[in-house]
Amino acid sequence: MDLSFWILQFLNAMQYSMLLFLLSIGLTVIFGLLHFVNLAHASLYMMGAYIGISVAAMTGSFWAAFFLAPVIVTLIGAVLYFTLIDRMRTAGPMNQVLVTFGLIFVFLDLVRIGWGDIALGLDGPQSLSGTTHFLGVDYPSYRLFIIALGLGVMAVMWVVLARTQIGAMIRASVENTNMAAALGINVSRLFFLVFCFGCALAGLAGVAAAPILSATTTMGITILIPTLVVVVIGGLGSLEGAIAGSVIIGFMETFGAVIIPSFSAVLTYALLAAVLIWRPQGLIPARG
Amino acid sequence: MKTIATKLALVTGLCLNLSFNMINEASAETKVGLLLPYTGTYAALGNAITEGFELAIEEAGREDEFTVIVEDTEMKPPVGLAKARKLVYQDEVDVIAGVVSSGVLGAMRDFIHQSQVPLIVANAGNNLATGENCSPYIVRVSFSNGQINRPMGTWLAENGVKTIYTLAPDYAAGHQMIDAFTEAFTAAGGEVIGSEFTPFGQTKDFGPYLTNAQASGADGIFVFYAGGEAINFVKQYGSFDIKTPLYGSGFLTSPLYVEAEGEAAIGVKASLHYIPTLDTPENQAFIKAFQAKYNTMPSEYAVQGYDAALALMTAVDNGGVDRATMASFLPKVSYTGPRGPLEIDPATNNIVQNIYIYDTVMENGALTQKVIDTIPAVRDEAAGCQM
Repeated sequence: MDLSFWILQFLNAMQYSMLLFLLSIGLTVIFGLLHFVNLAHASLYMMGAYIGISVAAMTGSFWAAFFLAPVIVTLIGAVLYFTLIDRMRTAGPMNQVLVTFGLIFVFLDLVRIGWGDIALGLDGPQSLSGTTHFLGVDYPSYRLFIIALGLGVMAVMWVVLARTQIGAMIRASVENTNMAAALGINVSRLFFLVFCFGCALAGLAGVAAAPILSATTTMGITILIPTLVVVVIGGLGSLEGAIAGSVIIGFMETFGAVIIPSFSAVLTYALLAAVLIWRPQGLIPARG
Repeated sequence: MKTIATKLALVTGLCLNLSFNMINEASAETKVGLLLPYTGTYAALGNAITEGFELAIEEAGREDEFTVIVEDTEMKPPVGLAKARKLVYQDEVDVIAGVVSSGVLGAMRDFIHQSQVPLIVANAGNNLATGENCSPYIVRVSFSNGQINRPMGTWLAENGVKTIYTLAPDYAAGHQMIDAFTEAFTAAGGEVIGSEFTPFGQTKDFGPYLTNAQASGADGIFVFYAGGEAINFVKQYGSFDIKTPLYGSGFLTSPLYVEAEGEAAIGVKASLHYIPTLDTPENQAFIKAFQAKYNTMPSEYAVQGYDAALALMTAVDNGGVDRATMASFLPKVSYTGPRGPLEIDPATNNIVQNIYIYDTVMENGALTQKVIDTIPAVRDEAAGCQM
């Protein structure tokens, strides 16, 4: 167990954290702004992977899939928004959870009809196929790319939210929707934009994860729970919370698997229980 | 009042309809319940077994002789048990075939034993079902978890591999596969220097485990993974560029999944009871028929479904007409099928079959299997089984 071993495991943990971040940030921003629990977010992640595989098969290019899949998933999200999400906004959390939970099964069967039950793989881009020498260890280039992608999205979101006018509008709407509307912000259009952005991130996470994790019909449901745990631990609706939650869960699961494997599955849930008991609003909750 | 009248009419109509159907079905000679997962993680396996089963009956031109009633276990033990009860009491089947999950098999075992309806197991490998918990009504035509892995342990030790690190999902089958391998490998002079079980169905990233396995400095890594986990594991093994050779239970690089695994699967050596590239007339004929009907290569799961139907038809030919006679003739089945010569061991009701050690190679731009060695007629010991 020398230093390079721990660097490798550190990178493994970073890579998993960034994947969780890409998923949970969409979910948490949608919740923070719309006060809407969209469980079908995980299905959009699955759609991102499957659509990416189809696009890659048609065009022969991973990068075409990488850029097109989030766009197509956003279109699916837009359709969902106008048919279901928008009219469920005032229906209360229980109804929202039921409807979007039902959507998970609808998407599951759509995928089974469209792509079949056999797990599918997606080849990563040729340029990122090997390993790269980084921090003194050889690490898969594609995994480094995912870490960079996560950090990139994180940076862009922070700049947009903290430094731009649209970011100020979003923050204002999260804190006080009525006041923001009274000040002339078109809140419903803003909601739609944010929802679409969240969907695009889910699709991006799906297509980015496909070369590592392969696409299965159950991938949406299995990622939903860790994602919800991240959002709850971090604090619903906050960017900082999603970052903190993803990193905590990513590192805990990875190092749990390395140091005390037989106990690793329990760790996450123990932390979730502890947070719910002592800090139910999450570690870094959104204001408002 | 009106609604009550409508409801009554509906219910009567339903009853009439139902009894009519039952009369119709009773005219066929043998009723078979096909109990498989069609939803969930192993849905692809359920479909492959069904394809093999249907092909065998169609090939023999005996569709009229068998009424097949299909039920979905959803991979859940309580659902599997409820569906088995439904098949036995409501549909009154003569025989049940299928069962992918060892958990579902475990839940059904006592019910099958007591209701005395013969069960042809077409996948579930739980050692106990043909060991401690064996039953004269449970006949297995697929494999046992121990049967697949023991030969690989001996073979690796004899071929110069001295130390091994093992990995498998943390559930019954994972433990049984690894235990059987470890026992045989150790007995043949090898040493297992590290072992880890990963949370079943939750582990998506094998990076941390692969890094651990490599750091152990073992000569090789031996693993059991199936389905989506197998794809993830092999791809991630490839992407980390790990120099330690990978060995496994053959489900790891099953033809059903090997395409999704891609080049990472090349050079992985594994043991299995069926390889599509076996060069025997029986297998060539089977592959030709399978490809003609489904336009894809058969997997070991399809063969298990195919052999379940062959065993069923052989038992009928020998004089099986109802539950009791079927149960007495099924264990006497023996023939040469796509996977080679096979028979049912009367001591355990488990199949006796060849185990193939194979390598995954790239040939003409496609991944295929190359048999390196054949261990003939592998038989399980009657570990605590009393019929």
